[in-house]
Amino acid sequence: MGKMNNNLVQIADGIKFIPGASAIVAPLNKLINWGRAGSIWPATFGLACCAIEMMVAGSSTNDLDRFGIIFRASPRQADCLILAGTITKKMAPVVRRVFDQMPEPRYVLAMGSCACTGGIFDTYAVVQGADEFLPVDVYIPGCPPRPEALLEGLIKLQEKIMQEQGRWSNLV
Amino acid sequence: MEQLGIAEQLREKFPGSILEIITHRGQVTLLVDRKDIFAICQVLKTDHQMNHLNCLCGVDNLKRTAAHLERFEVVYQFYSIDNRTSLRIKAQIPESDPSIDSITSLWTGANWLERETYDLLGIVFNNHPKLERILTAEDWEGYPLRKDYALRGDKEWKGLEELREKAIRLRQYDFYGAQTEQE
Amino acid sequence: MITLTDTQTIDVPVQSGEEDRYHLKMGPQHPATHGVLRVDLDLDGETILTCDPKVGYLHRGFEKLAEHRTYAQNIVLTDRLDYIAAMSNNVGYCEAVERLLAIEVPERARMLRVMVCEMSRISSHLLWLATHALDIGAMTVFLYCFREREVLLELFAELCGARLTTTYTRLGGVRQDVTRSIMKKLDKFVEDFPACIEEYETLIDTNRIWLKRTIGIGQVSAEKALDLCLTGASLRGSGVDYDIRKHMPYAGYEKFEFDIPVGETGDTYARYRCRMEELRQSNFILRQCIDMLPPGPVLGKDAPDLVMPIRAANKLEVDVPAKNALITLIEDRDVFMEGDIYVATEVPKGELGFYFISDGMGRPYRMHIRSPSFIHIGALSTMAQGAMIADLIAIIGTLDVVLGECDR
Repeated sequence: MGKMNNNLVQIADGIKFIPGASAIVAPLNKLINWGRAGSIWPATFGLACCAIEMMVAGSSTNDLDRFGIIFRASPRQADCLILAGTITKKMAPVVRRVFDQMPEPRYVLAMGSCACTGGIFDTYAVVQGADEFLPVDVYIPGCPPRPEALLEGLIKLQEKIMQEQGRWSNLV
Repeated sequence: MEQLGIAEQLREKFPGSILEIITHRGQVTLLVDRKDIFAICQVLKTDHQMNHLNCLCGVDNLKRTAAHLERFEVVYQFYSIDNRTSLRIKAQIPESDPSIDSITSLWTGANWLERETYDLLGIVFNNHPKLERILTAEDWEGYPLRKDYALRGDKEWKGLEELREKAIRLRQYDFYGAQTEQE
Repeated sequence: MITLTDTQTIDVPVQSGEEDRYHLKMGPQHPATHGVLRVDLDLDGETILTCDPKVGYLHRGFEKLAEHRTYAQNIVLTDRLDYIAAMSNNVGYCEAVERLLAIEVPERARMLRVMVCEMSRISSHLLWLATHALDIGAMTVFLYCFREREVLLELFAELCGARLTTTYTRLGGVRQDVTRSIMKKLDKFVEDFPACIEEYETLIDTNRIWLKRTIGIGQVSAEKALDLCLTGASLRGSGVDYDIRKHMPYAGYEKFEFDIPVGETGDTYARYRCRMEELRQSNFILRQCIDMLPPGPVLGKDAPDLVMPIRAANKLEVDVPAKNALITLIEDRDVFMEGDIYVATEVPKGELGFYFISDGMGRPYRMHIRSPSFIHIGALSTMAQGAMIADLIAIIGTLDVVLGECDR
């Protein structure tokens, strides 16, 4: 047993790979979190200016695929909602519906000042922050944030997912 | 100046309707009464080759006073691509009956511009094919661009209030929301 | 199971009347609607009977907000109009206010404005080409276009600190002068870019799928285009020679040599060719800018003080006048003349017009934005009628709309 331990390769925090046996030894909690963090699938949902920077983040210069992040066109296949842009009052019920269509576990990123706080648009038509009607996990400031800032936000989300405790059953 | 010539011709044609001709920074504006607006636009389009409608918008004159100025006005900006001349028409609309004839049958593109003016200022366009709210929600109350409407809105749109209630109601189905409920 | 011999035919029951009609709501969350556009469709099989675009999902109350801010503060708002070509909006806004308030702009600043306008035209057209091709099914073009677009965006970031929301112009000039490093990078870009355009064209110009999905799709005659108030490449594709840079020159466009590409057929392919040619012309204008850029200040002497006070105290390169006109004299009625003005500029999407009414205060009494995208989406219902549902995506793409500008 001791001999075997020496051969284990740590591939992530607490997750060990046994060479030659094609097996992974890890606590279930960590294993699930590791899998989730490495395959965040955001729904393609651009609202305003920030959506353009989100597209840039997905294109050739800043490749999102290397984080396992692949945009899904349908919210039913996605587990992350990037709120990229201003949320107007007319749009807010639609945003909520898209979120409701997503299966658990689901995460919300508020990208840009408008989605975080309403930004410069303190008017009759704009919702002052997405957290009025959605549970936001990560706030990314900037108007709009650079693609690197979005990457940083997604990495922060990965860190948050890695620290979760038993988000697969209410009995744990 | 070519613009002034067109303005004078229009004054001869519609003696009662043209209230004033204003020149400011090289642009000519005609203040007109609303009753002949369709005929004036038609004459501009057919006789003066004003084939391009640049702009159509409404103004609330609540905080402005000048001669011939009523509560609302609708501004038309025309341009002739062939003759390279432009002209602006301002039709005056009283507060008691905010309505004016639609020019959608002359320019199809005016359709949405008139809807927008109706949506934001509450000016009704007669003979418009589909006069509905366009930018704000269908059940929005009030006309945002009027000067007596507050920047942050007079009262909350009820769609958003319903949404906030819904968000609280649905929290129990979230993973963490369900956990806190159990505790 | 039915087996067919040579002589046998089978009657496929054709639905008639109401039975085959259905109602489809497309959007606001749809990857191919370029934002938050919703289109309500009545379909007969795959043919569109009526098409009813619904907008306003990004209505942020620009015009109301502008009435509560000073002329200088509103420059920031114009970035968020057409966020793909923010520079063009900045220039359009400042040209309009400067004519309203009679502010002089130095020569160097005017030419820098032309330069950034054309840079933003290229970056906007590249994004249009990328998404349009992506919608029709050519993924590779997207990756190539973003490669060049990144160069321009990084140049913007070097010029004014932001990639998209630039706020580069000021009333009476521009914020900062260009550096030698920017000019060097721009020079390299202008040198390389024609080869890149050819690269995009080899990808799709004679591609059979591209041709089948663009030729004859969304056809508009010249009369119809004028009736729908279309502008920009959407109008020129139908054969109407209307470009504000030639008709009502601003920012010194009369000094430049360039052609206005005009199409003939008025279909999606003609508009595509127009925009590709515009890329070449913009590159040509950029070359002239680099060669002709005159020396001098970039902010006028009588320009209202719009630089932050702390900067003024530090005496940076910009020579700041003593008066703080727009910030302190807001309540002073003698500062500005009463009156109104409509100034249009040619942005990548079409004609962007600003209509101002000034009542003599430091804030606009009324600011109306004539946005090309709003009118282009209004034309969608006419253009899509009778088309196939798959072609609706091509028609939305060819109109080149941005919802931020449309809904304001």
